[in-house]
Amino acid sequence: MNTALRYALLGVILIFAVFPFVWTLAIALTDKTAGSSIYAFPQSLLPSRVTLHNFVDVYRTFSLGKYLWNSVVITGLTVLGTLLVSALAAYPLARFRFPGRGVIFGLIVATLVLPSETTFIVNTLTLKNLGLLGTHAGVVLPTIAGAFGIFLMRQAFLAIPAALLEAARLDGASELTILTRIMLPLTRPSLAALGIFTTVTTWNAYFWPMLVLSGAPDKAPLAVAVLKLKGQFNYDPFNIAAGSIIMMLPVLLVFLAAQRLFLRGMEGAVK
Amino acid sequence: MQVHWRQSLMSYTFLAPALILLAVFTFYPLLYGAYLGFTEYNGARFANHLPPQWVGLRNFETVLGDPLFRTALANSVKYLLVVPALQLASLAVAVLVAKNIPGIALFRAAYYVPVITSVSLAAVMWEWVFNREGTLNWLLRALHLTTPEAAFGWLNNEHWAFWAVMLVTFWRGFGYYMVLYLAGLQAIPEELEEAAILDGASAWQRFWRVTVPLMRPTILLCTLLSTIAALRVLEEVLVLTNGGPLNSTYTALMYVYAKAFQGFDFDYGVASAAGLVVAVVALLLSALNFRFFHREEEQA
Repeated sequence: MNTALRYALLGVILIFAVFPFVWTLAIALTDKTAGSSIYAFPQSLLPSRVTLHNFVDVYRTFSLGKYLWNSVVITGLTVLGTLLVSALAAYPLARFRFPGRGVIFGLIVATLVLPSETTFIVNTLTLKNLGLLGTHAGVVLPTIAGAFGIFLMRQAFLAIPAALLEAARLDGASELTILTRIMLPLTRPSLAALGIFTTVTTWNAYFWPMLVLSGAPDKAPLAVAVLKLKGQFNYDPFNIAAGSIIMMLPVLLVFLAAQRLFLRGMEGAVK
Repeated sequence: MQVHWRQSLMSYTFLAPALILLAVFTFYPLLYGAYLGFTEYNGARFANHLPPQWVGLRNFETVLGDPLFRTALANSVKYLLVVPALQLASLAVAVLVAKNIPGIALFRAAYYVPVITSVSLAAVMWEWVFNREGTLNWLLRALHLTTPEAAFGWLNNEHWAFWAVMLVTFWRGFGYYMVLYLAGLQAIPEELEEAAILDGASAWQRFWRVTVPLMRPTILLCTLLSTIAALRVLEEVLVLTNGGPLNSTYTALMYVYAKAFQGFDFDYGVASAAGLVVAVVALLLSALNFRFFHREEEQA
């Protein structure tokens, strides 16, 4: 294929992929007091009067800070919990022989393929029984123990030379010390990868937080709250666009910083 | 022996948090959810601490006899049309971005951005595209394919809402599968490609005779993943159309969700039964996928 044609095709796909973002950004930056409609094409794609006022406006009128904070808390707790639980579980699975190891590992693998169509119903009932429905803990707890994190950390731990652990044991180090002082520092790239993937997934999650927090709208994260902007009686596309950009920005920055991780990170899934 | 005993105790201690969470929030709901499908259980019973009552197959009769569920299941099956479109496009895009030309990293990254977009943001942004006054209609007008009088909001149109929702699923998915296919493509030894060129194979022949056969494991994996995802589609529908207009985008999992959490009686029994039906269909489709690709492999 000749190069010009290749770039033309790449360009068309690029427009399809990023157009919604570009337009949303254009709307967010448009001075709404100019009185132009967002649907006045093609002028609306290139705002003539640029302003940052919409960001301030949506932050104030929609108390965006509250929802941002909810997102930060939910994401922070989920990432911490996932790293902790995954690392703890992966260590013995990678390094020790004990009765039941095969069964436990098999069960964890099975979670990847078991049909989960009804779990959200029962989990909601469980949270209600535990008094956790409508709380951040209720959003977080069911999501932190997963096969993906345990697998990832197990692979990382398997790659560490046994001699290192033997030496530490001879020096009288406890297993917890070995885990925190040797294993975790040496597997920092894997921990970072798991942390970044979890951050993006949790920040964007919609259905589960919506369900758990449906009775407590003040505790909703941005991904849930942003849809409320649409339903507000004073429908304001400029504010909605600004709110959307504010919500997307952290994920975009994480993605740009860890791009190679995202684009290469899934190779393991293929091999 | 002593060391062994201590090792086991330590292992279980470290595994405990993960195992407890998995037991409570994964295995118990799987089993209990399956059980609920055979019981009468609803919001009132739950609130009054009454246990689920065994009713055998009654819920399944209810679900399968419900025209809404049949519409929903048919829509979910129809939604599988996104799978071939998504897989062919992702594979083609992967081939397109596989060659290292200047700026290619930028394109790869940009194509992945929809994947890391929240479904609620996608809903906000695509609603402007699908609006009666929106970009799609403007584009169609610019191409002289439609007139201002004929314009309609795509998400409010019972004939088009379904395809509009599917387009969003396609948009959010193609970058993901592109990366998987790209990894598969890069694992193909270059000598094979070169040998085919020496043998005088055209680019088209090389693609079908060399690339596709060697990519079969990746194609199977991606097709399986996207089949299951398509059958389970719920979020896009929930945020874009809420099942409407006239139930034209109402999907099977939407039915499960709505039975359990919308309306008046919170019917967990019927919802669970519907969920089980969807799960069985999903398993059958996976098995079918698997057989289909294995058969092809044997013939090749």
